Amino acid sequence: MTSSDTPTPAAGTCDVIVIGGGHNGLTAATVLAKAGRSVLLLEAAETLGGATRPYTFHSGFRSPGLAHLLNRLDPEVEKALGLDLTRDAALTPTTVLAPGRPAVTLRGAYGETVKGVTPEEARAFAALRRKLMFQASVLGRFLRKAPPRLDGAHLSDLLTAGGAGLKMLSHGREEARDLLRMLLTNVADVADEFLTDDRLKALLACDATLGFRLGPRSPTSLIGLYYRLTGEIGGKRGGQIPASRVAQAFEAAAHTAGVTIRTGARVAAILTERGAVTGVRLADGTTLAATSVVSALHPRTTFLDLVSPAECDTGLVRALTHYRTDGVTARIDIALDRAPVFPGAPADAATGRIVVARSLGQVEEAFNAVKYGRASEEPALEITVPTLADPDLAPAGRHTLSILAQYAPYRPREGWGTEGPAFVSRVLSLLENVSPGIGATIIAAELLTPDAMEERFDLPGGHWHHGEMQPDQLLVNRPIHALSGYRTPIDGLTLAAAGSHPGGGISGLPGLLAARTLMAGSRP
Amino acid sequence: MTLTMRLRAQAHIETPRLETPFHPRLAALDRVNDWYNWAGYKAPHALDDTELEYFAIRSTASLFDLSPMVKYRIEGKDAERYLNRLTLRDVSRQKTGTVQYTAWCDDAGHVLDDGTLFRLAPDVFRLCCQDRHLPWLLDSAIGFDVDIREETEEIAGLALQGPTAFATLKAAGLGNVASLRPFQITTLPAPFGDVTISRTGFTADLGYELFVPSEHALALWDLIHAAGQAYGLRAIGYDALNRARIEAGFIVAGADFIGADIALRPGRERMPDEIGLDWLVDPAKPHFNGRRAILHARRTGALKHVLVGLEIEGNVPAEGAIVYHGRSREAGVVTAAIWSPTAKRNIALASLTRPFGTEITNDLWVEIYALRELSYQKMMKRAVIVPRPFVSLPRRTANPPGLF
Repeated sequence: MTSSDTPTPAAGTCDVIVIGGGHNGLTAATVLAKAGRSVLLLEAAETLGGATRPYTFHSGFRSPGLAHLLNRLDPEVEKALGLDLTRDAALTPTTVLAPGRPAVTLRGAYGETVKGVTPEEARAFAALRRKLMFQASVLGRFLRKAPPRLDGAHLSDLLTAGGAGLKMLSHGREEARDLLRMLLTNVADVADEFLTDDRLKALLACDATLGFRLGPRSPTSLIGLYYRLTGEIGGKRGGQIPASRVAQAFEAAAHTAGVTIRTGARVAAILTERGAVTGVRLADGTTLAATSVVSALHPRTTFLDLVSPAECDTGLVRALTHYRTDGVTARIDIALDRAPVFPGAPADAATGRIVVARSLGQVEEAFNAVKYGRASEEPALEITVPTLADPDLAPAGRHTLSILAQYAPYRPREGWGTEGPAFVSRVLSLLENVSPGIGATIIAAELLTPDAMEERFDLPGGHWHHGEMQPDQLLVNRPIHALSGYRTPIDGLTLAAAGSHPGGGISGLPGLLAARTLMAGSRP
Repeated sequence: MTLTMRLRAQAHIETPRLETPFHPRLAALDRVNDWYNWAGYKAPHALDDTELEYFAIRSTASLFDLSPMVKYRIEGKDAERYLNRLTLRDVSRQKTGTVQYTAWCDDAGHVLDDGTLFRLAPDVFRLCCQDRHLPWLLDSAIGFDVDIREETEEIAGLALQGPTAFATLKAAGLGNVASLRPFQITTLPAPFGDVTISRTGFTADLGYELFVPSEHALALWDLIHAAGQAYGLRAIGYDALNRARIEAGFIVAGADFIGADIALRPGRERMPDEIGLDWLVDPAKPHFNGRRAILHARRTGALKHVLVGLEIEGNVPAEGAIVYHGRSREAGVVTAAIWSPTAKRNIALASLTRPFGTEITNDLWVEIYALRELSYQKMMKRAVIVPRPFVSLPRRTANPPGLF
């Protein structure tokens, strides 16, 4: 079907084909169309949005999308697309709930103020926050441009590195030393160094590892927290707002820019000849010619499923088969017949996110299970109530609860058929602990395991960041060295999704930077 | 586990070096006990006098055990497509029953190895090479319907090389190889079973390579060895063969180039164009490993080295010598050198750093250090770039083969 007023161009008449109508594909398509290219966007599903696409999980109840929070939508992307999702948006709070203990609430951008801890602990958190924010601001300089290239120094790369170096030193040598000391360490050591309160430590542990196959004590786990803090909302680093009607906004921008969109058009193959793109073949057998194709799909899907292995070098295929992309987070969508109540939490806690975790040790132990192919006994939970931001997601007066539960292996040893029901009941009993009586108000609960995410959202491994974000899969090595920087060894084929620099999350940056790279001919 | 069981499980330690299926015959003929390690197998440098063995190749016939050569069987629906992506040459144009000399590269366009590709049937190939590559071959098979198996141990091979090679085969009852042209394969019946014979070799002489299942190895040896007695047949070791291959201008992995997956130091890898294999690269065929990197290097002039044949004044082999331009500036290194008894020239293969060997080809010298009874004699000898092969014999390609 064609969900656009513009007629579908005949094969060979568009400048660029963009595969994948997730937010990055939409970003790339829109940026290219605004620059005057004729762009055809192909989406396999019937609706656009990818991981931001709302889905119905129970009759009458919809989830706002796999991503239930916005915490890094990039201002440049918003500007380039003319979006208005974060301006004037009020940042929402984060509340940590640990059974038997008072709630801890962080307000402003990642806890500009903290309530529920001792004054000393609040000061300690402020000191840690200041340090992490500074470090994230240094590291963030590398995220808004294409990754540096190793095959010859470019002036802009040197400027970025030099700028980061100066910025690092701007706060004195001690801060610079601390950044280098902490950069590749784990979040648990940092939390233990600065904090004493288990609830705050648990929060940092959860935020650093959410979506990653790392425990808080795993080396480099602090990077996840840095990455989160490089994101900004409304100019505030570390800020967050509910993800509401995100897909519609990106879709509207693409329409306005004149992108031709075809949904229900699954691409079966990217056609190449002697190292150059010639077009795509759809699942229905139609062939569309193009010399420029942008793939906003997972890099493994692009190169192991769509491009013929005969057209890639062995080393590239080998590296991609070793690319770590097994998701460890499950989503549970719950339909409620009334608004949830979290006793002890501030009244507005449910408008933000609620993290249910007792301690750093609990999160680490939860991770142990996934190492051995089991779901956590006591998973850590991140809960939002999407209907508070968008009541249309449920029938009047009813509500939905969106829970991210970590850890849940991609393919548990016993299979999800066995593990699933028990895992859901463990999650619900943890929920009951922090919201007594909620069980009786549950109309339905749907578990979305990593393998189900893979199926529903075309996410290999069910990894919503399109692959782990540890140093060996970042920057010049994201997703793998041969595919870094959006360009690929196939002439005319560009990568534009979370598997490319800077990585996952609803930022739009991979799509934006990919489009710029393509337009620059060489690099942005 | 009992001690006895443990000891039994460790039996392989007793023979850290494997013996080839022909070993009993080699050992019986061996007079000098000079063995080396070829891919884990015990192989002779020489069985007797190297000069006699060399002249058997050039004057009569030689029998060389090439069983340690690594052999992979590649078969399946996608075998041709798979090999076309793996190797530099166009496999779709290789006819069944022929052999192709080829090479393969990694993504960076660096040569992993060279070897011979036998097309035994439309969908069945045998790839023979110096080093082991199973992980690379298997990873290359991702997405292809192809079965890959190492068959080094299962297949025994003999190289029968020299002017009387055909006469020997004829005397052995295998005269039907008469119709075999260079790089063709046939299978002929022998008293013990079939023998696969290719008209190939590493000597630039008339010659054949014979393959049988390992259990028929000794029977094959006995058949050929007996038939060759009237034709001056002699079993030889690697030293004699090495002289012949240098005369032929052939390169050897580990000597004239280092496989990219084996090289430890940066910059030691070589692209095909840097070791004289540019003629194998077929840019017109479908994609193959390293294509992008090789064509990019050609376009940007990023090729760093070149392999050349040298003729050096005097008669002292320049093995391992440094090559100079204008007697002072280092230009490269000699990778193989001999006094060629057949060419009657002092010859060498050398790896030069461009532009030496490409734009700058004159005023080249090699510095030879010859250890003469506790004292090095240092010689600066003039070297001239000459075409390879150094020895070209009409009998190698003559049809029908000469019956000397």
